Amino acid sequence: MSERVLEVPDLSLVVLVGASGSGKSTFAAQHFGPFEVVSSDHCRGLVADDVNDQAATSDAFDVLHHIAGVRLRRGNLTVVDATNVQSDARRQLVALAREHDVLPVAVVLDLPERVCLERNAARPDRDFGAHVVKRHRDALRRSLRSLRREGFRTVHVLSSVEEMAAARVVRTPLRSDLRGDHGPFDVIGDVHGCRSELETLLGELGYAVTRDERGRPVDAAHPEGRRAVFLGDLVDRGPDTPGVLRLAMGMVEAGHALAVPGNHEAKLVRALDGRDVSVTHGLETTLAQIAAIEDDDERRAFRERVRAFADGLVSHLVLDGGKLVVAHAGLRESYHNRASGRVRSFALYGDTTGESDEFGLPVRLDWARDYRGSATVLYGHVPTPELEWVNGTLCLDTGVVFGGRLSALRWPERETVQVPAEAVHYEPVRPLVAEQPVRDDDDLALTDVVSVDGQGRGVETRLAGRVAVAAEQAAGALEVMSRFAVDPHLLWYLPATMAPAGGWAEAPDLLEHPQGAFEAYRKVGVTDLLCEEKHMGSRAVVLVARSREGLRPWSSAGGVVHTRTGRSFFGEELTVALLDGVRAAAERAGLWDELCGSPSSAAREEQWLLLDAELLPWSAKAEELLRGQYAAVGAAARAALPAAVVVLEQAAARGQDVGALLERTRRREVDAAAFTEAYRRYVWPTGVGEGRLDGVRLAPFQVLAAGTGGGAGTFGDRDHGWHLAVADRLVEADPQLFRTTRRLRVDAADAASCGAGTTWWTELTGAAGQWGEGMVVKPFAGAALRGPKGVVQPGMKVRGAEYLRLVYGPGYTRDLERLKQRQLGRKRSLALREHALGVESLARLADGEPLWRVHEAVFAVLALESEPVDPRL
Amino acid sequence: MITRGGEDGAVLLTISAAASPAMPTASDLGFLLHKHPDRAQSTEVFGGTAHVLWPQADEQRATAALLLDVDTAALQRSRGRGSTPEGFALADHVNDRPYAASSLLAVALGKVFRTALAGRCDARPELPGAALPLEVHVPSLVSRGGAALVRRLFEPLGWEVDAAAQPLDPHVPAWGDSRVVDTRLRGTLRLADALSQLYVLLPVLDDAKHYWVSADEVDKLVRAGGDWLPTHPDRDLVMTRYLRHQRSLVRDAVARLDDVEGLPLDTGDGAADKPTATATATGAGRPAPLAVLRREAVLAVLREAGAASVVDLGCGEGGLVRELLRDPRFTRVVGADVSARELDRAARRIGTDRLPDTVAARLELLQTSATYRDERLAGVDAVTLVEVVEHLDPPRLPALERSVFLHARPRTVVVTTPNAEHNVRYPGLAAGAFRHPDHRFEWTRAELAAWAEQVAERHGYAVDLRPVGDDDAEVGPPTQMAVFTRIEEAA
Repeated sequence: MSERVLEVPDLSLVVLVGASGSGKSTFAAQHFGPFEVVSSDHCRGLVADDVNDQAATSDAFDVLHHIAGVRLRRGNLTVVDATNVQSDARRQLVALAREHDVLPVAVVLDLPERVCLERNAARPDRDFGAHVVKRHRDALRRSLRSLRREGFRTVHVLSSVEEMAAARVVRTPLRSDLRGDHGPFDVIGDVHGCRSELETLLGELGYAVTRDERGRPVDAAHPEGRRAVFLGDLVDRGPDTPGVLRLAMGMVEAGHALAVPGNHEAKLVRALDGRDVSVTHGLETTLAQIAAIEDDDERRAFRERVRAFADGLVSHLVLDGGKLVVAHAGLRESYHNRASGRVRSFALYGDTTGESDEFGLPVRLDWARDYRGSATVLYGHVPTPELEWVNGTLCLDTGVVFGGRLSALRWPERETVQVPAEAVHYEPVRPLVAEQPVRDDDDLALTDVVSVDGQGRGVETRLAGRVAVAAEQAAGALEVMSRFAVDPHLLWYLPATMAPAGGWAEAPDLLEHPQGAFEAYRKVGVTDLLCEEKHMGSRAVVLVARSREGLRPWSSAGGVVHTRTGRSFFGEELTVALLDGVRAAAERAGLWDELCGSPSSAAREEQWLLLDAELLPWSAKAEELLRGQYAAVGAAARAALPAAVVVLEQAAARGQDVGALLERTRRREVDAAAFTEAYRRYVWPTGVGEGRLDGVRLAPFQVLAAGTGGGAGTFGDRDHGWHLAVADRLVEADPQLFRTTRRLRVDAADAASCGAGTTWWTELTGAAGQWGEGMVVKPFAGAALRGPKGVVQPGMKVRGAEYLRLVYGPGYTRDLERLKQRQLGRKRSLALREHALGVESLARLADGEPLWRVHEAVFAVLALESEPVDPRL
Repeated sequence: MITRGGEDGAVLLTISAAASPAMPTASDLGFLLHKHPDRAQSTEVFGGTAHVLWPQADEQRATAALLLDVDTAALQRSRGRGSTPEGFALADHVNDRPYAASSLLAVALGKVFRTALAGRCDARPELPGAALPLEVHVPSLVSRGGAALVRRLFEPLGWEVDAAAQPLDPHVPAWGDSRVVDTRLRGTLRLADALSQLYVLLPVLDDAKHYWVSADEVDKLVRAGGDWLPTHPDRDLVMTRYLRHQRSLVRDAVARLDDVEGLPLDTGDGAADKPTATATATGAGRPAPLAVLRREAVLAVLREAGAASVVDLGCGEGGLVRELLRDPRFTRVVGADVSARELDRAARRIGTDRLPDTVAARLELLQTSATYRDERLAGVDAVTLVEVVEHLDPPRLPALERSVFLHARPRTVVVTTPNAEHNVRYPGLAAGAFRHPDHRFEWTRAELAAWAEQVAERHGYAVDLRPVGDDDAEVGPPTQMAVFTRIEEAA
């Protein structure tokens, strides 16, 4: 017997229908994966420990429906292995398929009663009588004709053992599934019969138009093989709908374009079919224009061609590996690559409340506001005055027919191309409204950052995969973020924590040593290193716009300077002053156009820079801490220890055995003095208390990102030499405000170079009369580096011995043996995870991803910071 | 004999006695203290080793020194997680405890001189009852309230006080004085009284977490220390500070009476100990505290509006939630707060695990944030924001506005916030200061009105402004309230 092909859509609910003993389970096992098949017998076993316990049937089906439902929601083909001979059982499954917008498929195993009975007889656990099989068979036969009516879009019937043996299941992709098509595309918004503007736009996009013998455009092709994607509503209202259709249909037929239908095409099809539709909203113009085609044959053929074209369009398309979804009125994520009546309806008409507004137009729900999908959705349908990305969606209908513009988006470049309307071709029913004063489209939802069900979350990062965030960490971060952080619209990055280097066997009196860092990098195959001076101040992220007017409405200072937990360093006035200094220096250094790209003059206002820096002195921000904690230690020690030494000396003189205690107390006096010295080095007077910036220094060391209102770029692929060269130009431009970061390049494979690095560090941290905090050792190649053995630490700090008193306490040097046992693994893991999140948030920013996607990664950094890791590391 | 302690610190206290008619031989101080005046002795105590030394012991004068050799590692172990000051992760490792004369020293003193503290001396039974010319030196006494408070607490007890506040850092004069006060006390007192005063007042002055062996012992001492404490002019301050760290419940009880009460406790030295306008609000005959008036006002609005489901956004410890639960007309009561800790506290105070099923079914506590949109808040009748907006930075107010008025969009919204104009009525409050350190702003009546009217206009609400508390003719009420009512679209 020749092969019997059973086509099954990629994502569908396959319902096996057959009497007991018809071989459903065997069939399912042969043609589907083990997890794809959900069997009622198995579910009886799950709930009742007995696959034949008929009393458990109801509970078993509850479980079966639940499992099938979860699988379908997640987009997995599912096969239901149950008799399904009763229409009631099938109705529930059809409903389940519809609920998840997948196609139900019936595979009927209509085998002779004799075969079923023989098979049951061969199985010792099937002890029910022949009457059961007979009842199943009767029900099945009665069902056969009604299956399609019940809602099964595909029905396969196998009527013999031979047919079953010859069957081969072939999975067919959904018509919407063009994930394999990677473009590039030029996606074009609602044309509405504006043929001339469409020709102009295609010209702008680089297409060459082909014309027929009468000069009418019938095709357009791009020399680089780009293809247009029409978002629907090609027709109605405008001056030349037939001309638009001729061109668009020609392009689609020639493979130069793809198209999805709009609601106007859907209505046109019904009108062309002679159905009773109200001839309004521009349909009257289309019908009149078609009727005006003089030649009867041509008109008839044209009508026929239009009908077939419009009727054959698939309501939405999923393109470019799933990264791009196009649909006329948009599409919520759960409908992507699904097929059902409501998916089609959403794609054509959008998310409506079913009510009409004062103009008689449907009241629309703003699905884009809640959109959280990873695919970009391009759509039209609702004319808007300006193009505006909302959560990774963009409406390309800019009302050309109403005198607006015709818009296109180049994909994957995400560049927009617009041409103005040549006239107001049609008066809008509702005026093209300006943007609402209170915008809420990108308001963050609580579920963007925490799980309301108390579960943890994960953030997918391109550097290190999924980074988990525990529920309690997120809960803590929510409070900090809500109560203290700057507006999320301005909070694009939080710096990761940094792991310290270990010590070095040859320098037993040091807890951290440059050789520890060099060795750690050598081990992971990274030898080209840069040692950067570590400034002792407060970590600062500087977001600065070229103009004080930039970054509105989120900032009135043209930027923000925030701490590593997202708090603004200063109040409004000082922030403005500091940012003014930075933007002026960037201007003098000529950084704006170089880093942000050379935009039109209009966009110059919108240029911004995001810098990672250290803000000095420590006392500028941490004065409270210095006074309350560090200076308090010194004051108490100065009061207690000398007095104790005097008392001990007197007691010793009187012959009491206090020698060891006296010696120890004297040592403590020395240590406490050293501690005081240590913090004093990072304190100098500033005007911050009086609202002035004098004394405040900024030491930038990395350009995190730069961009304009429209786009952004990151510089993770530049080496640290480049980053510091940019910083040097700022220092040169304003040596008063900026402080340089000294550096030394070290080859970890070269002992002499490592020795030089050690010497440099030693001098930096005390040996040469300077008392720096220490240094950071970084892979020279840059921040987003993946070493030969995976992601490597973006930097390791090597802190000076004296500085470490501020962390480990005045007398830590006398407790080194114990401290050397400190565990660095957890800190390193944390540093890597936070680093991956930081790189991720910047990458998302640069990719033009919606605010919630950027914020998700930023929030996760803050959440991870609450991980209980020794704060001294 | 001296065991090796940690390397971290040492705290010193010396007690000297001069020869006097009651104790002609000064070195008899050794009998009183039960310590041999020619030998150093060591005792393991909580947080380290206590050494008793004798720098001087002769006919004329004897000085016993208590030197506490602090082991910070042990301290850190005992402290455990979650007790660090907010925002300073290194607090466990960088703090003045190893050098500060505080409760640690008091505990050591209590143990090392236990018999003397109890006023017993079997060898010289006449000595404990005798007033002796004593001198106490505590070089690193830590006083929240400075030298002035040291004098205020010790002088009424008969001491001549020589208290010199130490600079935070002599190299940075701008920082001013530290809390460390080099303190010398001279007076003629019974030794047991002197010791018990130090035992109680050292931690009171330090005003930080301290380490009593058990709560019982504290209570006993407070009652026994009754010889001098009941008549002490600052008895209330001593009790308040003493109990604050001893039993958080006491603090809660006080703080809850009125949040203004919480203010002086949090704003630093000096202000802490001045009586404030509301410090006596607990007394009989006073009007109800402001927090209670506020709750009553909000409840009245909710009843008037006929709200059945209410979200108290920023519910804190759940004071309003509890009131709402008492009234069955509120069929759904949601206490929402951004702080998980506050919600835990609310759950404890409400007693969620003991509520009857019918009440529990009406209650929901959830963590949310007014600056993120939360679907769970949609569809309720009313949202209350009681003393919440002033805790948000002004740039974040639009997000709160959208969450509440655009997304949740209840029929009624109640906002209460301090009336800044009324602040002049709080003598304890410096001019221009806020009532709570976390307040980001405090609005005048005109400022609230301006904000409320804009919000109402933008979102289709009517707003009504009302006073809460005594509506002062000049400066208005202490709390102001804005009641927003959604304007129903014409059907």
